[in-house]
Amino acid sequence: MKTRIIVFPGSNCDHDAHHAVKNVLGEADTEFVWHKEGSIGSGVDLVILPGGFSYGDYLRTGAIARFSPVMKDVINFANNGGTVIGICNGFQVLCESGLLPGMLVRNSGLKFRSKFLHIRTEQTGNRFTEMLVTGQVLKIPIAHGEGNYLAEADVISDLEANDQVVFRYSTEGGDVTDSANPNGSVNGIAGIINKAGNVLGLMPHPERACEAILGSADGLGVFRSLQHHFEKKSVETQIAEAA
Amino acid sequence: MRYQIFVATERKEAILDPQGKATQHALSTLGMSQVGDVRIGKFIRLDVNASSQEEARTIAERSSDELLANPIMETYRIVEIREMA
Repeated sequence: MKTRIIVFPGSNCDHDAHHAVKNVLGEADTEFVWHKEGSIGSGVDLVILPGGFSYGDYLRTGAIARFSPVMKDVINFANNGGTVIGICNGFQVLCESGLLPGMLVRNSGLKFRSKFLHIRTEQTGNRFTEMLVTGQVLKIPIAHGEGNYLAEADVISDLEANDQVVFRYSTEGGDVTDSANPNGSVNGIAGIINKAGNVLGLMPHPERACEAILGSADGLGVFRSLQHHFEKKSVETQIAEAA
Repeated sequence: MRYQIFVATERKEAILDPQGKATQHALSTLGMSQVGDVRIGKFIRLDVNASSQEEARTIAERSSDELLANPIMETYRIVEIREMA
């Protein structure tokens, strides 16, 4: 799984993502790409837009990062079916780029929330969660001030109707309640995919929950799903070539 | 010609503005109970080179549509266009 992690000025979860994919998952071909690069390179399987505070969150979160030179290639990659995952600030960048609908605004309680919580897996028919079970509850940390997902009512009903809501904030038992919602996101939305199913944005940090010593290894579910997806694809290609 | 253009962005009415709400509470504590609602936006100044005021306005509108305001939750107004010497 050839993985490229985009580094913006102000990214601070890039090394966490790199560690999770390279060391924990064992994917040797995992590298950083500085935002000034004009291209992510060829043959890339997965692009990660990491968490952090790109450009100091100036203007709006993710608004300036979208215009980084490398983003043109990332947007092309995504529009051609390439797999992109945006975590936290990366999710905000995906929304500002138009790769995902809606946007993320200030948490309803105004506070920056940094803690472990639970999210419920709503959909498993996509490459990001195919190794998880529908309804599976993951223990995952969040760390954000602007994670309150917002979109116009018709956009939200489209997301729900098309099964694009992949994760919701829940209790440990898997109940989606107001008190389990850390930021006021509509319908408890914690993560969504695009219609084509190749772009995921989520506020919680799966890359920070890949080893028990860090408090949880539940985040591995997302990365193992992707690894499985690309291994399957490569076997399919080999069979097709041999035939 | 050089123009100074002032753009104000504001959250749409339907969208909660927690900063504004917190400020309104503080004003009320200060005794300013007449202040019913506070909305906090951004005030942006652009220095623009353009051949006419119309062109300058078009540039400011394009800048606002594509970057300065996010149409999902914000509106913007060109508050003033000042011709500079």
